[in-house]
Amino acid sequence: MTVEAKPRTSPSEDVGPRISTSDEEAVPPNAGMRFTNWGANYIDERTGLSGLVRELGRKIFPDHWSFMLGEVALYSFVVILLSGTFLTFFFQASMAEVTYEGPYAPLKGIDMSAAMASTLDISFDIRGGLLMRQVHHWAALLFVASIGLHMLRVFFTGAFRKPRELNWLIGFVMFILAMLEGFTGYSLPDDLLSGNGLRIIDGMVKGIPIIGTWTSNLIFGGEFPGTQVVGMFYSLHILLVPAILVAAIGVHLVLLVVNKHTQFSGPGRTNDNVVGVPIMPVFAAKAGGFFFLIFGVITLIAATVTINPIWLYGPYDPSPVSAGTQPDWYIGFADGALRLVPPGWELEIFGFTLSLNILVPLLVLPLFLVAVAIYPFLEGWITGDKREHHMTERPRNAPMRTAIGSAGVAFYAVLWAAAGSDLIATHFKLTIEGVTLAIQLLLFIAPIVAFFVAHRICIGLQKKDREIALHGFETARIVRLPGGEYIEVHEQLSDYERWKLIDFTAYTPLMLRPNKRGRIPVTQRVRAVLSGWFFEDRITPVTKREIESAHDQGGH
Amino acid sequence: MADTGSDHGTAVVKREAPVPSTGTAVVPSDAIENPGFPPYRPRVSDLDPVKARQNERRVSWLFWLSIAGSIFAIVAYIVFPIVPGDLNSVRLNTLFLGIGIALGLFGIGFGAVHWSKSLMDGHDLVEARHPTRGSEETREKAVEVFHLGNKESGFTRRKLIRNSLIGALVVSPLPAVVLFRDLAPAGDPVARLKHTLWDKDVRLTRDPDGTPIKASDVTLGSVFHVIPDGLNDMHEGKLEEKAKAAVLLMRLKPSDLNVSQGREDWNFEGIVAYSKICTHVGCPVALYEQQTHHLLCPCHQSQFDITREATVIFGPAKRPLPQLPITVDNEGYLVARSDFTEPVGPSFWERL
Repeated sequence: MTVEAKPRTSPSEDVGPRISTSDEEAVPPNAGMRFTNWGANYIDERTGLSGLVRELGRKIFPDHWSFMLGEVALYSFVVILLSGTFLTFFFQASMAEVTYEGPYAPLKGIDMSAAMASTLDISFDIRGGLLMRQVHHWAALLFVASIGLHMLRVFFTGAFRKPRELNWLIGFVMFILAMLEGFTGYSLPDDLLSGNGLRIIDGMVKGIPIIGTWTSNLIFGGEFPGTQVVGMFYSLHILLVPAILVAAIGVHLVLLVVNKHTQFSGPGRTNDNVVGVPIMPVFAAKAGGFFFLIFGVITLIAATVTINPIWLYGPYDPSPVSAGTQPDWYIGFADGALRLVPPGWELEIFGFTLSLNILVPLLVLPLFLVAVAIYPFLEGWITGDKREHHMTERPRNAPMRTAIGSAGVAFYAVLWAAAGSDLIATHFKLTIEGVTLAIQLLLFIAPIVAFFVAHRICIGLQKKDREIALHGFETARIVRLPGGEYIEVHEQLSDYERWKLIDFTAYTPLMLRPNKRGRIPVTQRVRAVLSGWFFEDRITPVTKREIESAHDQGGH
Repeated sequence: MADTGSDHGTAVVKREAPVPSTGTAVVPSDAIENPGFPPYRPRVSDLDPVKARQNERRVSWLFWLSIAGSIFAIVAYIVFPIVPGDLNSVRLNTLFLGIGIALGLFGIGFGAVHWSKSLMDGHDLVEARHPTRGSEETREKAVEVFHLGNKESGFTRRKLIRNSLIGALVVSPLPAVVLFRDLAPAGDPVARLKHTLWDKDVRLTRDPDGTPIKASDVTLGSVFHVIPDGLNDMHEGKLEEKAKAAVLLMRLKPSDLNVSQGREDWNFEGIVAYSKICTHVGCPVALYEQQTHHLLCPCHQSQFDITREATVIFGPAKRPLPQLPITVDNEGYLVARSDFTEPVGPSFWERL
């Protein structure tokens, strides 16, 4: 790796990034250094690791607070692995019936599965067991949340554009796997709440035409709840899915290294360079320290805030249920989708039952997720831009993408809110029918409103940026000129400050032209329509000529 | 894709790397130039050795704090043991152990971040990016590798071998599909779903203790959670049977009931029994509103009107809750007249 930089002219004129130098003087090695040298030599002669260190040791990472979100996801995953391993030492993934004889009095003598009993033992018998359970659960909640936020960051800044579309897909797969991990883990204690969650899954699976009944039969080993689902989910939860996740994280990070990290626009930063701190030592210290901070935050929350108190729910029993219970937050959107279906969506055709009340949510949610997954390819096709993009865009500078993303967020948020419709109704003293109807309407209205509002806000912000870039800030200082004219003094931006406002790419709508055979293919027509829709309203970056003419007019 | 630009991403060897299409991006002719890097803004610790020293001490203190926290955690593990039966001891153990561990982690975290931000070299460095695609030479070599592989194996030339190999590879995973059949017991799951523990003269008993219910115990407006007699004696498959057989029992004024043809003798003096398992996705429909005689499912808010034979009046469920025909035996206890006349619980494809 080469480090290019402007040379420092003199210590007082310390301009920008600098060449890294090793200007240590030769010191005779002491015992510690001799040991380090011996160790490094030993490893390198057996692994050739020095090449990797040379390649990666001083790799540059750009800095921005939003780049931290992916790190949060990675580190909370590590916390999950550590705490989860501890839990496996005590947990029994068995649905064999036992009678609870542990120290928790309210459940004493009650029949439950070994899974539930061992979870109670972890909570009440093992020192630090409850802490680790709560660390594991809170870390899982944070894991999915940080993946979601990380995806939103990547989406709204256009960091998914070429050459990173594949890494977007890998990340998307991990998002799905993270939810799968969450749900399988949530089901393991075999308590009343998770059992009802499984009951809903069973009902949904049974709603799938033709294969549904048999699929449910295989998952539960016969009829629901059966005695095998906890063991099966345990294998998925601690073996199969984590293995895929670890592999996917590996590929995700390798691609991150290959593509190098994106960076926000700034003076000196271009599409052809990376400006930031080197892995050794600054990034390693910051990121390593950050891991400990994430771990610390999760531990502190786990030490002070109860999560998933299964002893209050009791063991699974198909008969009781309590009102107002909620799944873990990331399942909410799916549960909300189930709630929003209007009455009567079930057909009987040719002697078979077609449960549209389950099928429609089962189709809408994957369609939404598929739209998220393929968006980078769609946008790339519409712009036709095949260049590599390493500069992240400010959301305002891609108004249509920001608007589409906002609509998607609104859609998800409405589904999510729907999962709490009963709580909304009881807390605000509304009827459940009214709340449900309002959310049903919002599911269609909110994305449209979010779309237009976000789009207008982006255009407005772009206009303001343009105004400031051309004319500077208003200072509220009114000056009377000798001729009697009053003007307000504007404070111009420095070149550095201005650069951030003007460094972006604008796209024009696609012009339809016949191809070599004199035809306009349908795909091109579709593309032109989409392109027109995307880029009809646009603000172009300030040009040199505009700046000059603005300055000629006296800066106002 | 016909006329979108020069870069079609082909692996065919070209000597020159193609210039990627800019699509419909506006490439301005008089764009403002990048002003270059701004001057480095030194931090206090760059300028003042006293401050640098101060920061150094702070970082070191944070690491010492971490050691103290970790030791505190070990001490807390011993000092706050779990006393059987004392829930407060669990809370204290969790709290102090957690605080100790968190302190141990925070000390390292804050120390390392503070160190990097205040004392390590604060200059930004620059690294050049290179196109992600391999160089033309590398790509040419890669194509050559495939060519050689193909030539030396005859993969595309010997089509018979190739096609039979593809066929074999496609078929080879199929046994894995069969292997999963024995996850479930033999037999048709549909038949099992259509039958419950209820049968003629099976007594209705209270959930969970299993005591039988006299018709005279069921007062107007009361509601009973019911399981079939004998369920509690089961050792295997108890929950599976309960998941189908759970029933709600209510007494309404006979005049409030709208009884359809053929169900006239399914209630006993206004006492009606309905499956508790929601016809949507199977949650227990456990919430009964006495005034309106509505049943509400807490999972997805389907509502069933008991006065109209549990018709759905709101929510995603479609079918009414199946009614269990009941009567009394000669001792006055409530008994079923038969099993449910339709499958209970969530709809499934072969339900009818």
